[in-house]
Amino acid sequence: MLLLAFDTATPAITAALHDGSAPLASRTVVDQRRHAELLVPSIDAVLREAGASRRDLTDVAVGVGPGPFTGLRVGLVTARSLGHALGVAVHGLCTLDVLAWEYFGAGPFLAVTDARRREVYWASYRDRGTRLAGPAVALPHSVEDRGLPAVGYGAALYPDAFPDARPPQYPSAEALAGLAVARLRDGVPTGPPEPLYLRRPDARLPGPRKHVTPA
Amino acid sequence: MADEPLVLGIETSCDETGIGLVRGHTLLMDAVASSVDEHTRFGGVVPEIASRAHLEAMTPTVERALAGAGARLADVDAIAVTAGPGLAGTLLVGAAAAKAYAFALGVPLYGVHHLAAHVAVDQVEHGALPQPCVALLVSGGHSSLLLVPDVATEVVPLGATVDDAAGEAFDKIARVLGLPFPGGPPVDRAAREGDTQAIFFPRGKYDDGTLDFSFAGLKTAVARWVEARERAGESVPVADVAASFQEAVADVLTKKAIEACRRHGVPDLLIGGGVAANSRLRAMAEERCEAAGIRPRVPRPKLCTDNGAMVAALGAELVARGVEPSRLDLPADSALPVTTVSV
Repeated sequence: MLLLAFDTATPAITAALHDGSAPLASRTVVDQRRHAELLVPSIDAVLREAGASRRDLTDVAVGVGPGPFTGLRVGLVTARSLGHALGVAVHGLCTLDVLAWEYFGAGPFLAVTDARRREVYWASYRDRGTRLAGPAVALPHSVEDRGLPAVGYGAALYPDAFPDARPPQYPSAEALAGLAVARLRDGVPTGPPEPLYLRRPDARLPGPRKHVTPA
Repeated sequence: MADEPLVLGIETSCDETGIGLVRGHTLLMDAVASSVDEHTRFGGVVPEIASRAHLEAMTPTVERALAGAGARLADVDAIAVTAGPGLAGTLLVGAAAAKAYAFALGVPLYGVHHLAAHVAVDQVEHGALPQPCVALLVSGGHSSLLLVPDVATEVVPLGATVDDAAGEAFDKIARVLGLPFPGGPPVDRAAREGDTQAIFFPRGKYDDGTLDFSFAGLKTAVARWVEARERAGESVPVADVAASFQEAVADVLTKKAIEACRRHGVPDLLIGGGVAANSRLRAMAEERCEAAGIRPRVPRPKLCTDNGAMVAALGAELVARGVEPSRLDLPADSALPVTTVSV
C-alpha cells in the first residue's frame, strides 16, 4: 500500500505519504490564502522525499472538512482528479476526526476549528477514534460541553468559550494517513470525497424590481 | 494531424464547467456542464453555488469529454486551464483540478487568460488566426476590444467598458422587462418580433473618440422609459423595447470594433464572448464589416459562450509554439491582466 493523504480544510496545507505501516514523508504549510498554489507542490515534495512515484500510489485520503469552502474544495477536487487520473481509490475523512486522532489524553474532548463569521465547526469524542457528536457549526458559546479539553485552532481562537484549549492546532496529513490506514485495516468504512459544507450557500432571492425613477 | 499534441482544456471562470479536447486546430470534443439553472431564481450567478457545482461536475465532465472524443486520459499530452480573470472561488476549482491532472499524467500545464482563449477558439472554427487581428469580446463579465498581434504571446488592450459589461446590461434589461436570467437569449428572442427603430436609446461614449464602452446609461435609460410607461398605466411593448435596446448595444459595439480595425489598419475582426451569440450583433457585424471591407470571424454560438474548447485551443497554440509551461504552483488571478496570455 502507498497512501497519499492531504487536507486543506483549515489554514494548513498538509500532505503525507504512508506505506500502511508507517508514515514515509510529510509536509505542512500554514497559509490560508494559497491552498491551490501549494497543494500539488507539497504532494510532489512528499513523493520525492520518499523516493516514490505517483504511479506507485494505491490510495488517496482527503480531509472532507468541515472548513472554509474555497480551501476545502481545493483538496477535494485535487483528490477526485488524482483518483480519476491514477485510477486509485479516494477516501474521505472528517477533518475534525483527524485533529482528534492526534489527541492522546483522556476523553471526552472536543475538536474545534474556525468556521469564520464568529462561529466554529466542532465535534466531540469519547476517545481519539470515537466521535460522540457533530460535526456541526455553532457560535462558540453555544457548543455543548465546551469546558472539555478542546483541540484545534478554533478553540484557541475563542479562549473565553473554550478554557481548556490543547494542541494540535491544525490537522496533520500524517494523522489523516494514520487514521485512514487504521480504518482500512479494521474494515471501518471510510467516506466518499464529499465536502462537509454544513452551511447553505449565501444567496438571497431577489426582491421586487428596483426602480430608477422616484415613485 | 494525429501527430499533433492532444490538449485538454478546463474552464471554470464563471458558471460553466467546460472541458474541451483539441488537437492542433481540430476540436475533438467540447463538454459543458452549466449550473445556470441553479442561478436563475437568484437573478444572477451566485459564486458559491457555481463553485460547488464545479466540484461536482469536474471529473464527470472530463470523463464525458474523453468519451465523446474516443480518447483516454493517457492520450492527453498537455492540460490548459483558465487562470483568470473570473470569479476567484470558481477559478480555483479548475486550477486545482488542472494541476492534479497535469501532475498525475506527468504532462505540462498551461494557465491561460480567459479572453485570449475566447480569441484562440476561432482557430478550431476557421483555421489559423490572421496576425494581427482585432477582437471584440463581449459577455456578462467583459466588454473589450483587443489588438491581437499573436494570440500565443501578445494581446494589446484597445478599449473596455468603463462600467457594466454588455451582457450585464442584457441581464438587467431582461429583469426590467420581466424576462428570465440570463437575459441574453430571452431578450434576443423577444426582439425578433420588435421594431429596432421604435425607441432611440442612448449609445454611451459613441462619439468620444475612445475605443471604450459604457452601458450603464443605456440600462438606466431603458428602465426609465419602461417605468414612465408603467406609471402612465400603459402596457410595455416588450418586443420593441428589447429590439431597440439590442440595436443600441449592437450599434455601439460594431461601430467601435470597426473603428479599432481602421485605426490599426487591421482587416480582420474576431467577435467572441457570450453576447456574440446575439443574433442582431452578428447580423449587424456582418453588414458593417462588409461595408468597411473587413473580414468578420465569429465562431458558432456554442464556442462564443464560455467553454473548455477555447482553453484547449489556446493551450494547443502554446504547445505548438513552444511557449514555456506554467508551474504547478501557478496562482489563479481573478483580475489577471489581458496582456498576460499565459502565466
